[in-house]
Amino acid sequence: MNYKRITLLAGHYGSGKTNIAVNMAFRLKKDYEKVAIADIDIVNPYFRTKDSQTELEANGIKLICSEYANSNVDIPALPQEIYSVIDNKEVMAVVDIGGDDRGAYALGRYAPGIIEEGNYDMLFVVNKFRPLTPDARSTVEIMHEIEAAGKIKFTGIINNSNIGNETTADDVLDSLNYADEISRIACLPVVMTTVMAELFDALDGKIPNLFALKLQKKLS
Amino acid sequence: MADKVLMKGNEAIAEAAIIAGCRHYFGYPITPQTEIAAYMAKRMPKIGGTFLQAESEIAAINMVYGVSSTGKRVMTSSSSPGISLKGEGLSYLAGADLPALVINVQRGGPGLGGIQPSQSDYFQATKGGAHGDFRMIVLAPSSVQEMADMTVKGFDLADKYRMTAMVLADGTMGQMMEPVSLDYEIGAPVEKPWATTGTKMERPHNIVNSLFLVPDELEKSNFERFERYKYIEENECMYEEYMMDDAEICVTAFGIAARVSKNAINAAREMGIKVGLIRPITLWPFPVAPYRKAADKVKEIISVELSMGQMIEDVKLASECKVPVTLCNRVGGMIPSPEQVLDAIKNAANGGAK
Repeated sequence: MNYKRITLLAGHYGSGKTNIAVNMAFRLKKDYEKVAIADIDIVNPYFRTKDSQTELEANGIKLICSEYANSNVDIPALPQEIYSVIDNKEVMAVVDIGGDDRGAYALGRYAPGIIEEGNYDMLFVVNKFRPLTPDARSTVEIMHEIEAAGKIKFTGIINNSNIGNETTADDVLDSLNYADEISRIACLPVVMTTVMAELFDALDGKIPNLFALKLQKKLS
Repeated sequence: MADKVLMKGNEAIAEAAIIAGCRHYFGYPITPQTEIAAYMAKRMPKIGGTFLQAESEIAAINMVYGVSSTGKRVMTSSSSPGISLKGEGLSYLAGADLPALVINVQRGGPGLGGIQPSQSDYFQATKGGAHGDFRMIVLAPSSVQEMADMTVKGFDLADKYRMTAMVLADGTMGQMMEPVSLDYEIGAPVEKPWATTGTKMERPHNIVNSLFLVPDELEKSNFERFERYKYIEENECMYEEYMMDDAEICVTAFGIAARVSKNAINAAREMGIKVGLIRPITLWPFPVAPYRKAADKVKEIISVELSMGQMIEDVKLASECKVPVTLCNRVGGMIPSPEQVLDAIKNAANGGAK
């Protein structure tokens, strides 16, 4: 996949956005000097990009997140530094957006600047094994809700269909039809299929744009 | 694995409740259980059910009282401070012998505390939870699958015994995602001849009430209720034993603490230490039998808790203090690490508590 300057990740909550965002930042760091990951999730106070703070910073990736993330202060705060990502055109950025339309509202205020620059991808993360997005139609319904709230149209789809550590290669292959159907209905390309690193070899060559994920663990 | 879905613990509770026939949910948002309400808000309107965000936790539990009086399956959910607010309603439900399912996804306390996981509402859940002599059936899931299973089980037990069943989870169990199978056989609804469904001029009025004007009648209702509790203690205990057959050290824990403990036990076994786990699944009724058995053969029991030591009191009672019972804990939203539990096991193996 050719990365634009800003990659926005949105989707149904629990679809895997944060894990993909962190992995994508590590991938970008291989090709670019300045990489930032911005967490504008105002919905989920529990599992956040900040869980990977040590590893991100050790790799020279700038983490921008609310100073209240992972604290006991349960308020939907946004980091003021987010503008440094939008305004500084030398930075390659991954933006992790909160789940569903509720999470995407936070994106709306930054949307005009991002659209004006015009160097972004807005990617829709999907997982057919999540209970409220079992079929293409229900998934696209959520996609439209997110677009309306975030004020940016999606440009592509990431198929992250998985059932946690019980996922098999066949489960991933079975999900391709689901992703393709979303692609047809939404008129958007499937730009990436993400799988846990352990499944990569079994699927390599069978699926275009396969991306291996390392699970980011919460450390307490 | 295609028959499974990937769910958060909170979602698993909500979907399992719907499968169990619950069509009435009343709640008020509080981290870390808000996904239950959010899920119900999305699903209930699509299946002809009622989702209502009440003006407070107190209102929500009294709405539960109202719906339960009509014989319908009903639930509410909250997290620690919100459960305290529901206390009065829980007592009224008990006094009126009404079935209900209440979910507590615990967070750190006391007071407003914090939003991270905790098990420090054990006393509140197992010793009554509000004024008056009463009990709640308390179920402690230790996986996302069990979050769903205990929800279904909770409704069944509540209906069977006309009392509140509480699923006592914690923030980690609510937020973590795991594969879940929601393949349940739901039995026919329990007959509820006491419900206020309208007399149709064919029977006397049913009255749901917790007020008694005559003291000896109130005493009689208490005696009768406790006969039922005694039956439950004898018949409904659930627990898991893990590697207890040859164990010389016993770890005991429920919920998330039991998962951490299993990792530590596996590591200790690799080092040749004979250690096992007793995991209570019902916290009330508390499963006394496995501790009686363990107390005659192990040299120490280690209670692993996300509290300052609450279940440990029941463990001491159950084991009749025949062996030392020690505490291994973290509090305030922190979780004991497998290493911390392993250290406690190693300490016990080396002579342990004095």
